[in-house]
Amino acid sequence: MSRSNGLEPSRLHSADVLRTASVGLHTRRLRAALSALGIMIGIAAMVGVLGLSESSKSDLLAQLDRLGTNLLTVQAGTGIGIGTGELPTEAAGMISRIGPVEQTSTISAVDANVYKSDYIPEGQTGGITVQAIDVNLLDTLAGTVADGKFLDEATASYPTAVLGSVAAERLGIREVTGTQQIWLGDQWFTVIGVLDEFELNPDLDRAALVGMATSEDYLHHEVIPSSILIRVDPNYVDDVTGVLAATANPQNPEEVEVARPSDALEAKEAADDAFTALFLGLGAVALLVGGVGIANVMVISVLERRSEIGLRRALGATKRHVALQFLGEALLLSAVGGAGGVALGWAVTGVYANVRGWDTLIPPVAIIGGVAAALLIGAVAGLYPAIRAARLSPTEALRSA
Amino acid sequence: MTATMAADPSAASAGSDVVLSLRSVTKEYPTTPPVRALRGVDFSVARGELIGVVGPSGSGKSTLLHIMGTLDRPTVGKVTVAGYDIDDLSDRDLSALRARYIGFVFQQFHLLSGYTALDNVADGLLYTGLNLRTRRHMAEQALRRVDLGHRLGHVATKLSGGERQRVAVARALVGTPSIVLADEPTGNLDTKNSDAIVDLIRQINAEGVTFVVITHNPEIAGAFPRTAGLRDGRIEYDTGLER
Repeated sequence: MSRSNGLEPSRLHSADVLRTASVGLHTRRLRAALSALGIMIGIAAMVGVLGLSESSKSDLLAQLDRLGTNLLTVQAGTGIGIGTGELPTEAAGMISRIGPVEQTSTISAVDANVYKSDYIPEGQTGGITVQAIDVNLLDTLAGTVADGKFLDEATASYPTAVLGSVAAERLGIREVTGTQQIWLGDQWFTVIGVLDEFELNPDLDRAALVGMATSEDYLHHEVIPSSILIRVDPNYVDDVTGVLAATANPQNPEEVEVARPSDALEAKEAADDAFTALFLGLGAVALLVGGVGIANVMVISVLERRSEIGLRRALGATKRHVALQFLGEALLLSAVGGAGGVALGWAVTGVYANVRGWDTLIPPVAIIGGVAAALLIGAVAGLYPAIRAARLSPTEALRSA
Repeated sequence: MTATMAADPSAASAGSDVVLSLRSVTKEYPTTPPVRALRGVDFSVARGELIGVVGPSGSGKSTLLHIMGTLDRPTVGKVTVAGYDIDDLSDRDLSALRARYIGFVFQQFHLLSGYTALDNVADGLLYTGLNLRTRRHMAEQALRRVDLGHRLGHVATKLSGGERQRVAVARALVGTPSIVLADEPTGNLDTKNSDAIVDLIRQINAEGVTFVVITHNPEIAGAFPRTAGLRDGRIEYDTGLER
């Protein structure tokens, strides 16, 4: 009977669904804004975390790209029961004969201290070391000069020094004038350059660097390699790593420590990932709380708007129409919150990345996922209030007015 | 109005001018103890009538209105609206029936506060499947019919009580229903506005719209062409039956 009686309820046009769903937002704006804010904060946190992690990761990758992951270092092992703690003098030469090795650069620690002048008490070394180096060190480490010049074949045999960034700061040298002198190993050395921070070898930031010849001629230093830096064909890094210890010290390969400085950066990235997961979890909690807020507001809204529900039933709304209206309202609230959250998260990422000098990168999955999560939360939060609204009998709804 | 009725085959097949009829309707609420709000009510409304139903509070007026308006079903008895026996109709069908054949006017007006008079009236057609443009066009005509052509764009909260009830009347009329049920339409109005609404109802009835006005005020009900008195869930008198 009911199918042939011509009384089929009309379907609402989608524009009308939207219109009825927005009634609550329209008439109670502050409350709507506040409940959308809950979702917004949750989504903003998640988008921001994903955006920041992506942006910093891209920066780290760019850094790794710039510095290369093909730098290896060989060092004399230190510790109990380990031989002399020295690398053989011929180690660098032997290493450079390994096929894929492109470049080697030797560093030899000099037993000397550096002072600003000869009036400084002996104990105040400032923790600055003196290292004798090959002139290709800067190139091998992809380092840069902040001011002045690096050592070259000529200056490497005179009493001249180049300072690492920390060493320069401790010695009070900001700009290189060419006339500044430091008291190095009981002699005056002229400072010809100051370096930027080394991203891969922070140890060298606290060093005064002198040429190999200088160290022998002026400081009576016997050049024994303390560490050797090696650039390798990127395709053979692992192969070279495998033979490096035995090549550097064939007699006692176990006394050689082989390291890959870029591993430290990669470890940092892994640590960042762990934090990202933690913050994402916090964002999810915020989102959940936002969802509870929407559910709460919707339940109150249904209670307050009983007379409107009664009126709509009297005007011919079916239970479905009423449920759709309140579910739509919850979805609308969460969609507004979700969109706002994506925008806010984006803005926060943009500002922070800008400050840090990163590119702003928001992964698309964060945007799509953010809005989708908001809608899902809205649907779940709105379902129960919508069903309650639909189940309200029209007479009861009208009586309560 | 009449065009709608003639076009409806089920109403035509009923072979009469009866728009609404209640046969031995009893309504019992399952409270403890059970409340019998209506006890064997027989009542019918013919097309074009203007009826006042009067009774003190607790006499079953609201229950009668809800059952006439298909917002509730009787415990016992038969209700026919616009030719449809509501026993044969599902809840969904009743919604469609209300959307098409019944208009309501309430004591509290029930307007959406943030919306204009025009949109409030247009909402009277929301569940009929007409598009927004048509709804607004018809709403404008309905508002002009209740002399509110100059208030189309006014937000409901900015209107006076009398104007709000006019908007509510326009909303009830806009879908050209077979019958308009008014529940204490003057209950929230002062004497002047109350008289104006009664006059409006008379005027619209004169244009052919069937009206049942429920009120506790014998003066208002008594001024209508037909009056029925309700007491303790029974029709005490009905001037329509005496004629």
